[in-house]
Amino acid sequence: MHPAFSVIIFTVAAGAGYGLAALLAIAHLTSVFGTLPVTECLWLGGLALVLISVGLVSSSFHLANPKNAWRAFSRFRTSWLSREAVLAVITYPVILAYLLSLWTWQGEKTGLVILLGSLVVLCSLATIFTTGMIYACLKTIRQWHTALTPANYIALGVMLGGLLLTAVQGIENVMLAGTALVVVLLAAILKAIYFFWIGRPSGSSINTATGFNRATVRLLDVGHSAGTFLTDEFGYHVASLRLWWLRVLMFVLSFILPALVLSLALIGQVSAFAVYTVVVLAFVGVVLERWLFFAEARHVVGLYHGAQRT
Amino acid sequence: MKLGLVIDLDVCVGCHACAVACKQWNTSGTLGALTDYAPYGRNPSGVWFNRIRHYEVGDFPHNKTVNMPLSCMHCEDAECVNVCPTGASYKRKEDGIVLIDQDKCMGCNYCAWACPYGARELDRAEGTMKKCTLCIDRIYDQYLPPEERQPACVLTCPAHARHFGDFDNPLSKVSQLVRERGGTTLMPELGYQPTNHYLPPRPTRPIDTSAEKQTSLMHKVKEWVNKLITT
Repeated sequence: MHPAFSVIIFTVAAGAGYGLAALLAIAHLTSVFGTLPVTECLWLGGLALVLISVGLVSSSFHLANPKNAWRAFSRFRTSWLSREAVLAVITYPVILAYLLSLWTWQGEKTGLVILLGSLVVLCSLATIFTTGMIYACLKTIRQWHTALTPANYIALGVMLGGLLLTAVQGIENVMLAGTALVVVLLAAILKAIYFFWIGRPSGSSINTATGFNRATVRLLDVGHSAGTFLTDEFGYHVASLRLWWLRVLMFVLSFILPALVLSLALIGQVSAFAVYTVVVLAFVGVVLERWLFFAEARHVVGLYHGAQRT
Repeated sequence: MKLGLVIDLDVCVGCHACAVACKQWNTSGTLGALTDYAPYGRNPSGVWFNRIRHYEVGDFPHNKTVNMPLSCMHCEDAECVNVCPTGASYKRKEDGIVLIDQDKCMGCNYCAWACPYGARELDRAEGTMKKCTLCIDRIYDQYLPPEERQPACVLTCPAHARHFGDFDNPLSKVSQLVRERGGTTLMPELGYQPTNHYLPPRPTRPIDTSAEKQTSLMHKVKEWVNKLITT
């Protein structure tokens, strides 16, 4: 699949924003990471909204006809893309209302604050889930058609949110740094399972695509002399050795470096600058992860363009 | 009604006439225009509803060239319609034809991702998705003589490899052909239940040509003359 830069920015930024909003509300409501200062909560909530806004605006850039984008809220009964759009728009005022109540009651946990905070957690995680399901529901791309896809989207969104929260809150907060470390490790394990999963060939082949199930089938001629919409959109190939190196780089940036710095932070031997650096690197890593998610996906239409398997 | 096509892979000669006729009719049809990109350039490209692939099936000497025209299958479980967020893609209840409302499409490409057959192509000039309409503007046109109320691709096919009809009617020509010739669908494992069916090539054997070899003097002279004028 052709990796569209706008979609990559959308999924990474919005995912991190929703992850941050959910973690912020959990941290505030349960006080597991100690009592957070109200100004800091508002600041972080604002950051989450900025990330979400950047993502949602970016998502409209890949539309060929954006003037009809408002119609995307209509088919939520069947389309995951529509569900994502609806939930994203619902979550926005929910987060705003929660931050407003947080400011009004100055961090006190009144009934309304608890209700709005719980809604923030629910809506944010549900929105990341729907983002993942946009891809996971497609039977035509076996690398996406797995429950691991939404699981990875949620894990990486919460991971980036957790890293942001840890960096802003300060690494002295052992409980927070420890939780962030656990989330990073869980996200790494999920991604490793995903790579194992997509490494095994299965599903449709050139035989099922042409209906000749008991013979070798080879493409003689694709029937067009220049590229088409189909070859541009689905015929994206990267050399497997380069993919392997990019996977390694992605693992180092997204998981290994953050885990290393968080572990050091738990012992108390790391500067705030190092934590901020590692947050930026983790964002780069997850952008790379999203790029790989697209670049490694093989659409079954490739079988009509000469591929033997997907 | 369940309207669709039957394509006979035994007789399809791969001439692309169906694709050209489709382009010619539909570029001024309901979903037109079918925009061309750099039509006189080095790499001409554009929107087509119908594309023909050419395959070699089997290994020598039991091999065969199979030409496979691919257009919208008008699936019963059309995932392209389910995933469409705007409601631009829809499947008609009365005849099962899958269409795109050009006034609603926002060009997100999601339906093309959901389609396994590559039947949907984005028109980059208009920013909307386009696809086969089964020539809906021909098949119901009362001003056309009844024998011409068929898709342009079916009318034009010089080998009569394409047939159009109602799959819900067991007595229709398409239903009979599928029954008698063992018609199949493509990628049935995805569960989209495509309406269009493909008739497999009839079994053939390599033709023995050893008996045809002539050794007469006249034949040798003819071969010599042939060689002289062709080289």
